[in-house]
Amino acid sequence: MRYLVLLKAVTTPDGPPPPELMEAIMALGEDARAAGVLLDAQGLQPSGTGTRVSLLGGTISSTDGPFTESKELISYAVYDVRSREEAVEWASRFLGIHRHRWPGWEGEADVLKIFGPEDFAPPPA
Amino acid sequence: MSVTSAAVEAVWRIESGRLVAALTRITGDFAAAEDLAQDALERALRQWPADGIPQRPASWLMATAKHLAVDAYRRRLTLTRKLPALALETFTQQEGDPMADVDEQLDSIVPDDLLRLVFLTCHPALTTESQVALTLRTVGGLTTREIARAFLVPEPTVGQRISRAKRTLAQRHEPFELPPAAELPARLGAVLATVYLIFNEGYAATCGDEWTRAELCHDALRLGRLLATLQPDEPEVHGLVALMELQASRIPARTGPGGEPVLLADQDRRRWDQLLIRRGFTALETADALGTGPYTLQAAIAACHARAASVGTTDWRRIVALYTVLHHLTPSPVVALNRAVAVGMAEGPERGLALAAPLADEPALSASAELPAVRATFLQRLGHHAEARAQFHLAAERTTNARQRQLYLRQADLSAPG
Repeated sequence: MRYLVLLKAVTTPDGPPPPELMEAIMALGEDARAAGVLLDAQGLQPSGTGTRVSLLGGTISSTDGPFTESKELISYAVYDVRSREEAVEWASRFLGIHRHRWPGWEGEADVLKIFGPEDFAPPPA
Repeated sequence: MSVTSAAVEAVWRIESGRLVAALTRITGDFAAAEDLAQDALERALRQWPADGIPQRPASWLMATAKHLAVDAYRRRLTLTRKLPALALETFTQQEGDPMADVDEQLDSIVPDDLLRLVFLTCHPALTTESQVALTLRTVGGLTTREIARAFLVPEPTVGQRISRAKRTLAQRHEPFELPPAAELPARLGAVLATVYLIFNEGYAATCGDEWTRAELCHDALRLGRLLATLQPDEPEVHGLVALMELQASRIPARTGPGGEPVLLADQDRRRWDQLLIRRGFTALETADALGTGPYTLQAAIAACHARAASVGTTDWRRIVALYTVLHHLTPSPVVALNRAVAVGMAEGPERGLALAAPLADEPALSASAELPAVRATFLQRLGHHAEARAQFHLAAERTTNARQRQLYLRQADLSAPG
């Protein structure tokens, strides 16, 4: 089954992320790719460079970022795993490598199941 | 957060291969290492729900496995298998601090160690069933229960397959080494065959109560992707990955709302999984750049389908050419039949039928459902409806899959005269 992990920042210290954090992120990504579970992962630019398109009251409109009322999305990752717990474990490891490498940084990861054929399983024959 | 056994098993799935590889290297004995690893897992399943998941779970499992080895030695208990004296010495020397060197031992696991492990679990001396069970449990990190559910067999049966396999390997004193260069192609072939067998076991699952089996496709895919990082220079490893990614991309469209199988020609291609198709193309490119082989050729055929918007716009001439090369490399009646189908699509049903007809004498196909189904399809296109119906009925009679039978019978009904 496939999971989308959306990483969001809660508190970001000033300055760029430390190089050893970036190194650890690359290493963990490599591990997950080698294990065949990480299908895709990318970092996202701050919402200041983004635009929100909405349909409200029958009107389509667009507003340029930043989206101040929501937490900043930092990255997404798509995992192919056997269980939700496994996706949660990978997300925990990803947050775990931030703990000592970027003091003061706080964030959260939403682990969401992507619909798969198993969710539309037809009745048994 | 409460730690469930599913959470423990999730950690296990990630760590199992590395842990068994490390323990095998230390003990020099795969069977003992696998026992110790499983014992450590059992302990984790008891302790973690109460104590929480340790910060470094891999180190915890490794240290626990070492503890267990020392304990067993001290209490003069016989492990399921005796540890070699040398390994015991290693363990008992670290008695004071079983955590000593744990991290180093885990960190020193190199890709070759995992590769050695896969060569062992897919060893040709093992039965196919044992290779499958042992690979899924050790390298894939599945529990015996999960394997049993996927293969629709009782749990003790899987357990027996695994113990038998470990006994065989122990009796042969198989070293924890890469196979000698001369044996490597054949041994790698055995590994790839095991992985593809797991994939096909899942791919054969077509109905609702069989989705636990369909998950096997993804287990096989993950194993294949792992192999591709372990053996990056082998074209056929990438070829197999490409083939599996491309075939798996069709899973969402292969089954209708009632659970009935949907043939390639009738599939809603918008439901094909674009992420897997993209990954399949990438793997195929890598394979093609390195060489070729049966898996790579089959992947190239699958890629022809993936690129086409419909059956009508499919490059059937290229598929014929690919099947011709494949048949040359690995001649078999099944490949000949597939080639006949492609020829029928590229050059017309008469040509396809002419190639398919003589295959009825092949022992491998004399009882197959596919051959009459292929002939029926061509006969129908030629307007020979009565003959088509008879062939569809024959196919329905021969298939062992209930869903497939319904499909053939429906096609027989549809082949109306005139």
